[in-house]
Formats: sequence, C-alpha cells, structure tokens
Amino acid sequence: MEYTLIIILLPLAMFLLLGLAGGRLAPRTAGLLGTAAMAAATAAAYTAAWEYFTQPRTGGVFPAVVPFDTVWLRFTQTLHIDLGILLDPISVMMLVVITTVSLMVHIYSFGYMKGERGFQRYYAFLALFSASMLGLVVAPNIFQMYIFWELVGVSSYLLIGFYYTKPAAVAASKKAFIVTRFADLGFLLGILTLSYWTGSFGFDVLCDPQAPAVASAAGRTFLGGSVLAWGLALCFVGGAGKSAMFPLHIWLPDAMEGPTPVSALIHAATMVVAGVFLVARLFPLYAAYAPGVLTGIACVGAFTALYAAAVATVQTDIKRVLAFSTISQIGFMMAGLGVSGMGGHAGTGYVGAMFHLFTHAMFKALLFLCAGAIIHTVHSNEMGAMGGLWRRLPLTHAAFLVACLAIAGIPFFSGFFSKDEILAACFAYSPAMGWFMSGVAALTAFYMFRLYYNIFWGRPAANLAEMHEAPAAMTVPLVILASITCVAGFIPFGEFVSSDGLPYRIVLDGGVAATSVVLALAGIGLATWFYADGRQRIPDGLAAALPRLHRAAANRFYIDNAWLFVTRRIIFDRVSAPLAWFDRHAIDGALDALARGAQGLSFVIRKFQSGNVQEYALVFLLGVLVITALAVFI
Amino acid sequence: MEIRMEYYLVLSTIMMFAGIYGFFTRRNLLAMLISVELILNSADINFAVFNRFLFPGELEGFFFAMFAIGISAAETAVAIAIIINVYRNIRNIQVRNLKELKF
Repeated sequence: MEYTLIIILLPLAMFLLLGLAGGRLAPRTAGLLGTAAMAAATAAAYTAAWEYFTQPRTGGVFPAVVPFDTVWLRFTQTLHIDLGILLDPISVMMLVVITTVSLMVHIYSFGYMKGERGFQRYYAFLALFSASMLGLVVAPNIFQMYIFWELVGVSSYLLIGFYYTKPAAVAASKKAFIVTRFADLGFLLGILTLSYWTGSFGFDVLCDPQAPAVASAAGRTFLGGSVLAWGLALCFVGGAGKSAMFPLHIWLPDAMEGPTPVSALIHAATMVVAGVFLVARLFPLYAAYAPGVLTGIACVGAFTALYAAAVATVQTDIKRVLAFSTISQIGFMMAGLGVSGMGGHAGTGYVGAMFHLFTHAMFKALLFLCAGAIIHTVHSNEMGAMGGLWRRLPLTHAAFLVACLAIAGIPFFSGFFSKDEILAACFAYSPAMGWFMSGVAALTAFYMFRLYYNIFWGRPAANLAEMHEAPAAMTVPLVILASITCVAGFIPFGEFVSSDGLPYRIVLDGGVAATSVVLALAGIGLATWFYADGRQRIPDGLAAALPRLHRAAANRFYIDNAWLFVTRRIIFDRVSAPLAWFDRHAIDGALDALARGAQGLSFVIRKFQSGNVQEYALVFLLGVLVITALAVFI
Repeated sequence: MEIRMEYYLVLSTIMMFAGIYGFFTRRNLLAMLISVELILNSADINFAVFNRFLFPGELEGFFFAMFAIGISAAETAVAIAIIINVYRNIRNIQVRNLKELKF
C-alpha cells in the first residue's frame, strides 16, 4: 500500500507549487489545481480504507501496516526518529475524515472565497494544512506526530490570520499560536519523558503495554506517580491545548476570525480533534498504566463540555456559538475516552469517542459551511442581522436542520448513535457522570436550536428580500455532507475501530437512548418555546432576572480575563519585567560599558592623528630620543 | 688664536637644533624646508670637521659631505615640487591647512 504516500505528498507538492508559483497562476487555475490534488488524495485515501478494512483479520484484529518507513535521525540503536506511514484502524479512519472534509472545503471555497485577494495563497495554505494533518495521523512514531503537530499549528496560524490587514484576525492568530504552543511544551516534555524511559519513539513500542521496555519503565516512580503516568499526563496537556480543553480553550473562539471554510476544516473537523486522536493513539498505555490520568481526562472533558455549552447559549455571533459547540463536543469525546477501559464492553467509551469524532467532523463541518453560506449573503456574523432566512435559503436551511438534529442526538441522524455510545459509557462508569453528560447533551440541543431559530425563523431580517441561496460550488458540499450526516450513524463503526481492535458490536442501550432522546426533545422544545416566535420575551426576561449569570456567561465566565491577569499582571509584571530590566541594565550595561571604554580610549588615541605634519615629526623625534637614551644608558 | 674642533662642533650643534626648532615651529612649508636644509648642513659640517681633525690626509669625509649635498639638492627639488603641487591644490602653503592628511 505504498501509494498511501501520495496522500500526503500530493497536498505538500500543491503547497509548494501554489505557494511559490501561485502569484503567476490565475486564481481559478490555482484553485482547480489544489482541488484536483485534494480529490486525488481523497480517492487514494478511500482506496486505502477499502483495502485496509477488507483485508483478512489476523487474530481477530486488523494488523497495523507500515507501507513506508525511513530512519531520519538515529540517536541510539533503539531511539531513532523515523518518517513513515502507519496504517491502523484509527489512522485510516482519520485519513477518510480529513480528506473528505478537506475536499469539501476546497470545493466550497471556490464560491466562498471568490474574488478575495490572496486566493492562491489561501489554497496553498489549505494544501499545507491538509498535508500536515494527514502526516500527523499516519505518524508511526510520536516524534513525527510532534513535527506534524507543530506544522498544523503553523498552518492554523496562517489561515486564522489570512485577512492579515484586520487587527482582530492578527491578534487571534497570535493568540491561537501562542496558547497551543504553550500547551505543546507539555507534549514535548511528555514525549521526552516517555521516550527516555522506554528508549523508543515508535508507537509499536509505546502502544504495547506488554513491551519489556514499557513494563520496566512502568516500575519507576516520580513524585508518587509512575514516570509513564507523568509522561502521559504531559502528553495530554499538549492534546488539551490543540483540542481546546478548559482552561486552554481560549484560542478557539477567537480563531473564528479566519475565513469560515477554514473554521470548518481546521477549527471544527480536523485539527482540534488532534488531541483526542493523540489520547486514542496512546490509549493502551493510558488504560494500562495511568488510570488516574484517564479519570482526570474524563473530568476535564466533562467540565469543558458543560462550560462551553453554557457559554454557547448566550453568544450572539453564530460562528462563536459553533466554536463553543465544537469545544463542548470535543469535551464529549475526551470524556468518552476518559471513562473507557480496554477491550470489549469496557471499551465502549473509546468506540463512542472515535465514532463521535467521525460523525462530529461531518456535521460540524456542515454547520460551519452552512454558517458560511449564511454569512456570505447576510454579510454579518450577528444573529441580530438574521431571522426568517428559511424562505430565502431553503437548501442551506435543510442542511443546517439536518446538522442540528444530528448534534442534538435525534434518532437516526449520525450524532445520535455516537453520542449515545459515549453516554452509555459514562453511565457505565458512574451514574453521576452519565446524568451530568446527559444534561450537557440536553443543553446542546437547546443552544443549537436557539441558533437555528434565530437564523431561520423568528423576526425576519431587515433586508431579507436581498438574500439569496449560495452558488452551486457552496451548496454541493452542503448536500454531500448532509447526506453523510444522515447515513453515517448506520456504519457498523465498532467493527472497524475499537480499543483492542477486536470487532465490537454497538448495541444501543434502550434506557440510555430513551433518556437522551427525551432530554434532547426537551432541549429542542424549550428552544422552540423561547425563540421560535422571535420576540425573545422569555430569554430576555431570564437574562434580566439573572443579570450576573447572564453577564458572566456572555463574557465566557471571565476565563479570558483570568488568563490576561495571569499573563499581564503576574508573568509580564513579576517575571518578565524584572528579567527585561536585568537584560537591559546588567547584561546590556556591561557590554555598553566595555564599548564606552573602548570608545573613550580611541578618542584619546585619535588625538595623535591630528593631520599636522609637524606633530607627527615631533613624535618621531621623541621616539628617536627615547631610543637613543635607551641605547646610551642601558 | 687656534680654532679648535669643538668650536665647529658647537656651531654644527647649534645649527642642527635651530633646524629642528624651525622645523617644528615654522608654519610655512618653505621655511620648514629651509630648516631641514639647516639640519643637513650641520651634518655636512661634522663630516668635514671630523675628517680634517681626526683623519688628516684622508678624503672620505669630504666626499661624504659632497655626496650629502647632492642628495639634499635632489631632496629639495622633490620637496619644492610637492610644495608647488600643494599650492596649486589649496592656494596656500601653510602647513596647518594640509587637513587632508588627517585620518
């Protein structure tokens, strides 16, 4: 299956071509080239998935395939950084997700970005992102994963700041880069810890709890925890940064400054699930040696899900609602992984999280692309400028409704099946966790339908007559993604992806399913009651009754302010300012003193070069006298 | 009265230091050139005097004095050529104005 290499190399080549020669190509040509390359990569990914999942199982599992692997840097006999491709169930699943969404976004951008300055640059960055994300998921060793992890961070930075003349976009891109980079420090430390104690970067060793190197490392402890647990916890910090887990989520809402298709691709479907993917990749190790860390992951995920859902209910910018919804859904995935165990029924959470990753990528990309179609015609992100749009944008309306039903967990849409798996796993873990996540699911249904009603129903927008459906380049991806969202739930996902690789039959737990459907319907009903008529009497009344809570939620519970306080007041004032003073006065001062001394000396010496011939002669004479005196008296 | 060797030497010493003094204090290039000539002449006197008093009957000192006079004539010609060129450039032969020798 060596041809899987072109899945990564094609977008990379396209990045180089469009990045270097894009200025000389017509925008249309550049876009077509990028899209064609992505389509070829998608076809290759589908072929690979088909070939991989139709191969015979060995010992009940799909064996991992390494079609390409080359040693890049060799430190010791066992410790070397390779560049290669590892195909196993989750990486093949991710290949399909990434290429599908990326292709949809490539097509969609034709309509959305039409006539923008830097169209070629946009496609070059999209290609770079696709190549890096694909390289991340197929990495056969943790260091390659880290390299591509940083590359997706860079491409995310470039795309958020695509409108670089807009100060808000520049600030958002910097924020995203710095926050994720800060978290990646944890990831790097985690990699170093794991590889130091196990003597290997490869996932073949790191994902095998029985490997002798791992087993011997597990015996060592540091500050009361095993070194493996510390390493895994640090890796999770990196994953939490990329996946926008509380309290490192602050960059994701701001990242919405980028073009909307970019938000769909990077900040909803693919890059932000990299953290989930990382935990899933190292899951055997987490389950075997760090159950405490898994509990922590479950708590962080659950809390993030609640927090983001609560904030999403009061946001008025539709992209920000979707951003917080993304954070909340990733919280679901993390919680699913956190409550999961290894193998069989205990591994339900793992299957659910991976399944949710898959379905969420599709319906959240769909939601963002719909939002793009709406913004394209409304020219505003604010709900206030919308209302009654269903009549003017029937296709977008239908697609948006499908996605909303999927995320709310209405039966037979894809989100229902995957979310139910996670909820079932949470109930199995502890009833409290199960009820908590069910509550968040109800809240999800509520805020998504609040968004839906505010956009498509309610009070008609002022200039409704001028609004129109998006061009075909934008509606075709909507239709494709909506179809996927309708049918993806029926994929027997557990057959392909499970914690131990053995086929796992997803059985719907009747009680859990009934609870979640009732709660979702309750959330939708509440949203209908509150927002369908467009007068907003009840929500306004509630906001007036609970002004503090409303203001806190609208300000994202002041987490951004807390970070600003930490950075500005503590890090800048207490650490950086003294260090800057030391640098400016002690280090620069010492060098300045040296320079000033040398300068003073040269000013003295310069006097000899007066330009007066007679003075030169006088010095010459003095020299003669001195030498004579020396010759005579010594 | 017998004229002793020391008298000549005193004379040449005075001439030499007068020359050095003039070289350092005169501001005119021509005056400086004359001072240099004084120094050279004092040396010539010494040559002649030492030959006459210390090695009578020999001729090396005289020849050396003649030789030095020739050299100094050539040197004077070069110096005057330089001075004329300086004058053409800056319309002045004051040594203070030769600022371009600086740095």
